[in-house]
Amino acid sequence: MTNHWRDIKNADLILINGANPAEAHPVGFQWFVRAKLDPKRGPGKGGGAKIIHVDPRFTRTSALADTYLRIRTGTDVAYFGGLINYVLQNNLQHAEYVQHYTNASWLVKDGFGFADGLFSGYDPAKRTYNIATWGYDADAQGIAKRDMSLQHPRSVFQLMKAHYARYTPEMVSSITGIPKDDFLKVAALVGEMGKPDKVMTIVYAVGLTHHTTGVQLIRSGALLQLLLGNMGRPGGGMNAERGHANIQGNTDHAISWEILPGYLAIPTPGEKNLADYVKEKAPKKSDPNSWNFFGTNYKKFMVSLLKAWYGDAATKDNEFAFDYIPKPAGNASWLSFYDDALRGKMDGIILNGMTATSIGPDSTQVLQALAKLKWLVVMDPLPTTSSEFWHGPGMNPADVKTEVFMMPATHWIEKDGSFVNSGRWSQWKDQVIPPQGQARHDHWIMADLFSRVKALYQKEGGQFPDPVMHLTMNYKDPLKPTADEIAQEINGQDLTTGKRLASFAALKDDGSTVAGDWIYTGSYPESGNLMKRRDGVQDPAKNDPTGMGFYANWAWSWPLNRRVLYNRASADLDGNPWDPERAGIKWNGQRWVGDVPDYPPTMNPKDPKAWLPFIMTGEGTGRLFSNTPLDGPFPEHYEPVESPVDNPLHPQTSANPVAFLYDQAAGRPNRFGTVADYPYVATSYRLTEHEHYVTQHVEHLVQLQPEAFVEIPDGLAKEKGIKNGDMVRVSSKRGKVEARAMVTKRLGPLDVAGKRVWQIGIPIHWGFVGISADMHPDKSQHWLANMLTPFVGDATARTPEFKAFLVNLERMG
Amino acid sequence: MTTVTRRGLFKLAGAGAGTAAISALGFDLAEATQVKQQLHIAGATEAHSLCPYCAVGCSLIAFTRKRADGSTEILQIEGDPDSPVNEGRLCPKGASAMSIATSSRRVDQPLYRAAGETAWKQVSWDFMLDRVARLMKDARDRTFVTQDANGNTVNRCEGIGFAGGAAFSSEEGYLATKIMRGLGVVHLEQQARV
Repeated sequence: MTNHWRDIKNADLILINGANPAEAHPVGFQWFVRAKLDPKRGPGKGGGAKIIHVDPRFTRTSALADTYLRIRTGTDVAYFGGLINYVLQNNLQHAEYVQHYTNASWLVKDGFGFADGLFSGYDPAKRTYNIATWGYDADAQGIAKRDMSLQHPRSVFQLMKAHYARYTPEMVSSITGIPKDDFLKVAALVGEMGKPDKVMTIVYAVGLTHHTTGVQLIRSGALLQLLLGNMGRPGGGMNAERGHANIQGNTDHAISWEILPGYLAIPTPGEKNLADYVKEKAPKKSDPNSWNFFGTNYKKFMVSLLKAWYGDAATKDNEFAFDYIPKPAGNASWLSFYDDALRGKMDGIILNGMTATSIGPDSTQVLQALAKLKWLVVMDPLPTTSSEFWHGPGMNPADVKTEVFMMPATHWIEKDGSFVNSGRWSQWKDQVIPPQGQARHDHWIMADLFSRVKALYQKEGGQFPDPVMHLTMNYKDPLKPTADEIAQEINGQDLTTGKRLASFAALKDDGSTVAGDWIYTGSYPESGNLMKRRDGVQDPAKNDPTGMGFYANWAWSWPLNRRVLYNRASADLDGNPWDPERAGIKWNGQRWVGDVPDYPPTMNPKDPKAWLPFIMTGEGTGRLFSNTPLDGPFPEHYEPVESPVDNPLHPQTSANPVAFLYDQAAGRPNRFGTVADYPYVATSYRLTEHEHYVTQHVEHLVQLQPEAFVEIPDGLAKEKGIKNGDMVRVSSKRGKVEARAMVTKRLGPLDVAGKRVWQIGIPIHWGFVGISADMHPDKSQHWLANMLTPFVGDATARTPEFKAFLVNLERMG
Repeated sequence: MTTVTRRGLFKLAGAGAGTAAISALGFDLAEATQVKQQLHIAGATEAHSLCPYCAVGCSLIAFTRKRADGSTEILQIEGDPDSPVNEGRLCPKGASAMSIATSSRRVDQPLYRAAGETAWKQVSWDFMLDRVARLMKDARDRTFVTQDANGNTVNRCEGIGFAGGAAFSSEEGYLATKIMRGLGVVHLEQQARV
C-alpha cells in the first residue's frame, strides 16, 4: 500500500477492483465502512464516502458498496482505460498536479508508436519488444525535453490521450460486459475526484495481479490516480491488500529472484563491477530539478548491503565482493521453478511455509515437476499437499524417486520477530509459548543447514566456496541467531562509531557503513526497537494529534516511519495541502510538518531549485509513461490467454503478445483450451473462513466451511439441470475439480461483444490434506482448484493467470 | 505481568447496550459474561502477538499461565483494543488463532521419505540436516556456473530453489535471503506472485 489501513477512512470515493475486502480482509474493511459513515466524506456535498465495487461476483463487499458493477474477469485494463479516457475527454484531471507532478510534459522519442495492438519494436519470433523507441527525447546527459503546455504531439500527455481515445464507453462495455449507462454513472463520480479538495483511493488484491496483464492492471489504476492528483495524499493512493501475515516484510527482504533487500535489482550477467551495475540498474535523472534520490544513493545502499553480508571480505579492492552476488541467466520466479524441474535442471526445492502443489498453477504439472526433483524439503508446522505430494492425486509412491524431508518448524507464536502489514507497518510480536515437540525455528534450521554445508566445503572444497566461507554469521550463537540480532543487522550501523543508524541518509559507499535492508534503517536505532512501540488508540488525542490516523508511535513503518508514501505530492507547489482538512505534509515557512516528509525536511518549495515531488524516480514526477513494463509504456487491454472472445480492440493481437509461454518454449504439448471445448469463464478466490490451505488443519474453521464447492450462476445451473448441492465436475484442458454446486445469484450472465458469457467461481482452499480431506479421502483427490489454472503468467512479473481461464461444467451422475 | 483492569473496562464498554438490559432470565447477561471472562484470565500473563493469517496486521493479546510442571499454557487469544489497525476486532480466522497455536495435528518430529518408499520414517534432526546439507552441496557443485557462455562472471547455482516466507517473520526472511544468495541461489520466491 502507498497508504495504510486506517487511512482509508479519509477517502471520499473508494474504488475496489479485484478484491473482496469485506470477506478476505474483514477487519481492514472497517475503515472503508467508517469512511462511508462519515458525513464529511463523499463526492459533492459529502454525506459519506461512496464505495464502487467492480468484480465478477457480487460479494459482501458489493453488499456494502453504493455501486456494484459485474465485470468479465481479466478486463479491468479496459474498465480503467474507460475511466482514464472519460477524465481526459472531459478535462477533469487535476491540471496543476498533472502539469507539475507527472511526466505529462516529457517529450517521447520520434519513432515511438502503437498500431494494431502492438507498440513499436515488436519481434514476433522472440515474442519480446526492442524498447529503443520507448524513451524520452533527451540530450546526451539524459535531460529530457519538456512542453509545459502539454500540447506537443509527442508529449506524454498527448500520446496518452490518443492511446486512450479508443476506450470509449461503448468499447468498455463491449469488452467488460458492464452496461454503458452504469459505467458512465461511475465515471461521473470518479471524474469529480480530480478536484483538489476531493480524494479517491483505489484498493485491489491479487484479483488484479493474477492475470497475464497483471502489471498493466495495477499501472492503469496508478495512471488514473496520477491524473486525478490522488497519489501521495491521505485518503488516496494505490493500495494493495496483501494476503499473508508477512508477505510484505519478506518481499521487502527480497525472497524474490529479481531483487536484493530494499528493492535493489539483482545484477545481470555482463555487469562486471559496481559502476556497471549502478549504471544499468539505478534510475537516471531526466530533469535538472529531479533529486533522483534512489538513483543517486543506489551504490551506497548496495555497498552497505554487501558489507552486511560479507564483512571484512568485502573491500574496496574487490568491489565489495560484488562477484559473490549471483547473476541469473533469466527469469527464476515461481513458474520457472517448475519449468526448470520439468526440464531436469533442478535438483531440489526448499518449501518454507509454502505449498507448491495447492498453489499451482496447473497442479498436475507441478506434481510432475516435484516428482522430477532429487529432493524436496518442506519446513512447516503442519503437513501440506507438498510434504504429501508423493502419494497425492495420480501419484504412485513407488515411482516417485524424490527424497522428501518434512522438517517440523515452529509456529509464529512460538518465536518473536516482526510482521509487516499491507500498510508497511512493521509490528513486533513476542514469543508467547515455547516450541511444541521437536519443532525448530525456521531461521535456526536455515542457520544450521548453512553451517553444515559450509563444513562440507571446508572439508572437501568444491565450486567457488568463497561466498559460503565469508558470509557473515556474526551472532552470539551462529546456529541460533536471535530475531533481535537480525533486526539490528537489517537496520545497520556505522562501523566507525559502532552505533546503529537512525536513517539511511547516513549510509555511505566507502564500506564504512552496513545495512541489511536500507529501507528498514531507522527501525532499530540506538534508542531501541521502534517496531515494539504501542502508543495506539488508548489515547487518540495524544497518539494521533492530527486526527489523520498516522499513530506515529505505534510500531514503525518503512521508510523512516512515513505513513503515506510520496507525501510531498499531498501539497501544492507552494507547500500548502491540496485539502487543508486532510493534510499529509505542509510547509510552515521553516520546515515540512505533519507526516514524515518524503522530501528534504527543510527544503523551501518556493526555491527555484527545489526538487520535484517524486524523489524516487529519475523524472522527479509520477510516470504516466514508463519503459519498465515489458509489454508497453501504456497499459493496453489484452484478453486472457484462455478467453471466450477475440479482443474487440485488435482481434489479430488478442492476448498479451509478450506473455511467456513456458510449455511452448520447452517443447511440451499445449495445455491451453479453447472456447469450443471449454465454454465457460472461471475465476478463483478465497473465503472468509480459510487462509489458503493451512486452515484445513483448524477445527473451528473446517466446521464453518467443511467441504469444497463451486459457485454457479443460477441461470447456467438451470440450463445444465444442476440443483444446489449436486455434485458437479468442472474441467479445464489441464485437470478437473469435483465438488458440490452452490447455485447462486451472486454470479450472472454478461453480454460481451454481443455474446452471452457465464462465469463460474472456484474457492481455492481444499485439497487432499487436512481435516476435511481425512473425512473424505476419495473425494478430496479432486478438490485442488489449481488443477484447473493455466501455467502462464504476466508478461513482466510472471504472476500466474489464476483469475481468468476456461472450463467446462457437467452435472455428475 | 500486565494488569487486566483497563482491558476489563474495554470489555464492559464493548458490551454496549447489553450492559443496561436485563435478560429474560432476570439478570444482566453481559455482566455475567464479564465475570466469567475475568475468571478465565485471572492471574494470567499478557503477551503481544499478531494474527498469523492475512496482512491487515491485527494485533492480538495472548493470555498464558504457567502450569505446575513449569510449562506454559495459552488460556485465550483475543484482539488488542489498543491497535490503530484492528481496535480489538478479529475475523473468524483471527478469532480461532488459539486453535492453530495449540493444534494436535502438528508434525512434532522430523520425517523422512526415501526414494520410492510408501511411508514416512521418523528420523533425528541430525540425520535430516546432514542429509540435506549433503544434497545441497552436491546440487550446488553440480549446477554452479562461474562463467556464462559470454565469459561473464555469474557465480550462480541453478539447481536449488527456495520458496517461502509469507508466514514467518521478517528477521527469518532476511536470513533466508542472505543464506540463499550466499550459496548463489537464483530461484527465490515467496507469495507475492502466488
